[in-house]
Amino acid sequence: MKRLPFSGWHLVLAPLALLFALPLVWLLVSSVMSNAEINRFPPALWPQGINLGGYRYVLGNALFPRWFLNSFIVSAVAVTANLVLGSLGGYAFARIRFAGSKLVLGLMLATMVIPFQLTMIPTFLVMKQLGLIDTLGALIVPSLVTPLSVFLFRQFFVSLPRELEEAAWIDGCGRLRILVSIVLPLARPALSTVAVLTFLATWNDLTWPLIAINSDATYTLQLGLTTFQGQHHTQWSAVMAGNVITVLPVLLGFLLAQKAFIRSLASTGLKG
Amino acid sequence: MASVVGTFTVDPRSRGAKRRARGEGATGWAFVSPSVVIILGLSVVPVLWSLLLSFQVNDLVSPSEWVGLANYKALVKDPAFGSAVSHTLIYTALYVPLSVVAGLGIAIALDRKIALIGLYRTLVFVPFVVSAAAQGVLFSFVLDPEFGVANSLLHKLGLPAQGFFSDPGQALYLLVAISLWSGTGFCVIVYLAGLQGVSSELVEAARIDGAGRWGVLRHVTLPALAPVTIFLLLFQTINALQVFDLVFVTTKGGPLGSTTVIVYFIWEKAFKAFTAGYSAAAAYTLAVALLVVGGALQIYRRRVAAR
Repeated sequence: MKRLPFSGWHLVLAPLALLFALPLVWLLVSSVMSNAEINRFPPALWPQGINLGGYRYVLGNALFPRWFLNSFIVSAVAVTANLVLGSLGGYAFARIRFAGSKLVLGLMLATMVIPFQLTMIPTFLVMKQLGLIDTLGALIVPSLVTPLSVFLFRQFFVSLPRELEEAAWIDGCGRLRILVSIVLPLARPALSTVAVLTFLATWNDLTWPLIAINSDATYTLQLGLTTFQGQHHTQWSAVMAGNVITVLPVLLGFLLAQKAFIRSLASTGLKG
Repeated sequence: MASVVGTFTVDPRSRGAKRRARGEGATGWAFVSPSVVIILGLSVVPVLWSLLLSFQVNDLVSPSEWVGLANYKALVKDPAFGSAVSHTLIYTALYVPLSVVAGLGIAIALDRKIALIGLYRTLVFVPFVVSAAAQGVLFSFVLDPEFGVANSLLHKLGLPAQGFFSDPGQALYLLVAISLWSGTGFCVIVYLAGLQGVSSELVEAARIDGAGRWGVLRHVTLPALAPVTIFLLLFQTINALQVFDLVFVTTKGGPLGSTTVIVYFIWEKAFKAFTAGYSAAAAYTLAVALLVVGGALQIYRRRVAAR
């Protein structure tokens, strides 16, 4: 690679980037500090050595592994369901002509403007009727498919040339076959966008778990971390270790699939 | 193109294709019905139910009682709701313009090919993917008056220790600052994508016509980015008016109610005080406000696009 000449912009951008990174660096650093280092005044700014006491505590004594599993189950089911139901719905709205499709699509898109606070009390009552309150089901059912997922798939499928599917159609392939074997293999950008947005929304959600879940064994990581902090506000290194565990999957996912993340989020802005 | 409007061209020689074309309606509905049932069932039904609730007294357990507009009348007179509205407006009035302007400035700074630019972009954006709960827990620690690193740094600099979240005069502004830390990255990403669409020929032409850096920004870049800016204003405003998670984790609306925002008020009334009807009335008030803001910005956006 050719070395680029030094630019004066570094003097602006380096401190700026550091400002954004610093809180997360501190999160990582304080998670390996000992309680003694944190609890003295003034607290230490850098640890003497790496102390894994916080991690041992949250992985051994607390329910963090359980919460991690709960969050993982909810996110994994939500992502899978959004990919399956979103692509089915999106494909039908893009390609199949059927009575009422325009009306239903319009209605579904209109629901995107409904703020969550307006639906949260009745949704709670619906979940209570279904006997799902305080189970992971209460978290999974409302996130099985979102209008955004259907919409993103529809927009993507509309942009694909129809000719790709026509040969298979004339050969007698059904719609489902065409979707699975011809359209979806071409739909990687749409699949990754929906997966990223669904994962971010479900993994990071706090409001709905707070309402729908009561017992600590059913907490998600976000809810567990928040409660844990309330109960252990003198054991900051353990709280920060729990925080690292909560943030790590999203952070790793972001660093590994940065392009997909950024494209997904930018696309909500440019097309939305 | 004419042959493929709506559905595939059906080869008249193939009877099978004809029969299948008739079955298309059933296939279409089969494909969309799971999404339709879940999405409409968990939005249209709750929206109507909320409206009913807002005219009732309901504690989420016993049967509700019809009270007409009493909830709305009480809401108007409730000083706690009034201060929740004003806290939300202060938060929104600070967060939205600051995040959008900072986002534009940082995006322009990042829109160049120099070494390490990828790293800079990553670092600016990464706080956006951190959940509000994790942000709240992290900053509760950083800003802890006793054990926090913020007071430790102030001490090193010889400055007096601060109360931070325990100070009613600071808490709301700290929430704005934390939201800026995590939310500006989103504006940066959207502006960076938008900047790729600014015609370089137009910039070049303006330069040749003698426009300086500032002139190009004002007369070429900013007008070209107008649709992006309006989208961001809309998106950030809607998010800001609905802020909840960060407040719940850091201050629980305190100290002395100084950070009680509208959604916190709604949540508290429904799930702490068990006055769901009253809470639904507050939620409806907020929803109508959001709709008005959203509608106004959409109309403005169309006008800009039509220009």
